[in-house]
Amino acid sequence: MFRQLADSGSPSFLVYIDGSETVARPGDTVAAVLLRTAPGIARHTPVGETPRAPYCMMGVCFDCLATVDGETSVQTCLVEARPGMRIQRQKGKVRITP
Amino acid sequence: MTSEHDILIVGAGPAGMAAAMQLAGLGLSPLVIDEQPMPGGQIWRASEGARPDAVRRALGPDYAQGAGRVAEFRNSGVDYLPGTRMWHLEPGFQVFMSRDGAAFSRSCRAVLLATGAQERPVPLPGWTLPGVMTVGAAQILLKTSAQIPDQPVWIAGSGPLPLLYIRQLLAVGGKVAGYLDTTPRGGAGRALPHAAAAWRGRGDLLKGLKWLRELRRAGLRWLRGVGDIRALGEERIEAVCYTTPDGQLHREPASVLLLHEGVVPSIHATLAMNCDHLWSDAQGCFVPQVDAWGMTSVEGLYLAGDGAGIAGAPAAEARGRIAALGIAQWLGHRLPEGAEPAARAALARALASRPVIDALYPPPDDDIADEAVVCRCEELTAGEIRAAARLHRGGPNQVKAYTRCGMGPCQGRQCGYSVNRLLAAEYGKSRAETGFFRIRPPLKPVRLGELAALQEGREAP
Repeated sequence: MFRQLADSGSPSFLVYIDGSETVARPGDTVAAVLLRTAPGIARHTPVGETPRAPYCMMGVCFDCLATVDGETSVQTCLVEARPGMRIQRQKGKVRITP
Repeated sequence: MTSEHDILIVGAGPAGMAAAMQLAGLGLSPLVIDEQPMPGGQIWRASEGARPDAVRRALGPDYAQGAGRVAEFRNSGVDYLPGTRMWHLEPGFQVFMSRDGAAFSRSCRAVLLATGAQERPVPLPGWTLPGVMTVGAAQILLKTSAQIPDQPVWIAGSGPLPLLYIRQLLAVGGKVAGYLDTTPRGGAGRALPHAAAAWRGRGDLLKGLKWLRELRRAGLRWLRGVGDIRALGEERIEAVCYTTPDGQLHREPASVLLLHEGVVPSIHATLAMNCDHLWSDAQGCFVPQVDAWGMTSVEGLYLAGDGAGIAGAPAAEARGRIAALGIAQWLGHRLPEGAEPAARAALARALASRPVIDALYPPPDDDIADEAVVCRCEELTAGEIRAAARLHRGGPNQVKAYTRCGMGPCQGRQCGYSVNRLLAAEYGKSRAETGFFRIRPPLKPVRLGELAALQEGREAP
């Protein structure tokens, strides 16, 4: 959905989105990394289980919610990516029973 | 860091930083908290960060200025907590916050809200599809991550921000399939009564005219008077539909659709504190009422920046300084000679062009399509809100109770104004009379664990 402009000099590190290694750079928010990683979404909603991507990038829409290092429903546009971070896209309603 | 602060500032954008530095200059020590990881607000977001030269040039001198301001703020010695959300404010004042998953509270004598603004929600069919986002969001991605949207990119809406972003995107080698301009025709006629303001604010307006010339020269496909915009797709946006003034319906492939219909003040905290608000027809939003020093109708609660009415960064800085002087005076300090006139003169300069900008880009008032989602969180459409209104004849709070509209995690930030617009039209009442949701704490979602571990006066982690 988005792509990062080439910048050879910039250092990078790895984060894990749904277990897959993904390149992130200093200054990236988790939402920015999600937007450039296919399919560019953060979650499926708990209400209608429809796909959503980050919408406002400034903390007011709550559509960029994802699980970050085990913490659910984190506003990923307010959190900077850090090396080794584990990010999971949320998939609809949380099921308490297996 | 001590927990002794008489003054708490919420927000480290232009207004919050200017206020903090002014207070520090008077020998006072405020505490500044901010949701973002870095100071600068949205306008100067990530201005300290490294970026490719082309992106730095594209973001321009107004953005580059932010890095200097942020450095001054950091060097001012003001206590500053990034990544900190205020979720409740009690009169008196007790301020409840969360940081790194832990909640804490602080008491203080004066609070300055410098929480800025948000983009006005644009409820059109398909706006919840991945690939549809705000113009401001795309600009933030350019600032934080040198990131640009995949083609074909469509931009829809009105106001200065789409023009600024298109210019920046083209400058870094991006492409725009078309700008669907929804601004009502007759801008020159609307601006004419403000000719004197236009002359005083000519600096800003000439800058705007330069953008227009550049965009024309760049060959931007600019469609004016566009309406009935909708995003189509299943798992993500695949096409955009719109009608042109000749009545023709168009459908074009789209990978990204960026929306913008102006910005509105963040009013959740002032609503929760029962501050007085007035409806602004010019800006299509509620504006908290403040006195000449930025004090709201609640004693000791101050407001500065776009949260006190949309006016831009230079005005935000001036209002920040004025509010800082007001707070110092209110706490019994003497003001240095000349500080107030200088800040007021800066504010007058910064506000000069505003009436013209408001007249050129009026808030939208067309009908919201029945099938458009209004509440993104609870996934309720305009048709469902209208049906609830017809059935129950209630105001925003009744509609909220009947439908759950506004009860999701965003707490009405994305649906409040749309519900106000729908109900005003449905009942034939004014927007002012229709009102907004009753805002209750917590202002932002808080985890039960955070609440359970809350200790009053606990040190910030």
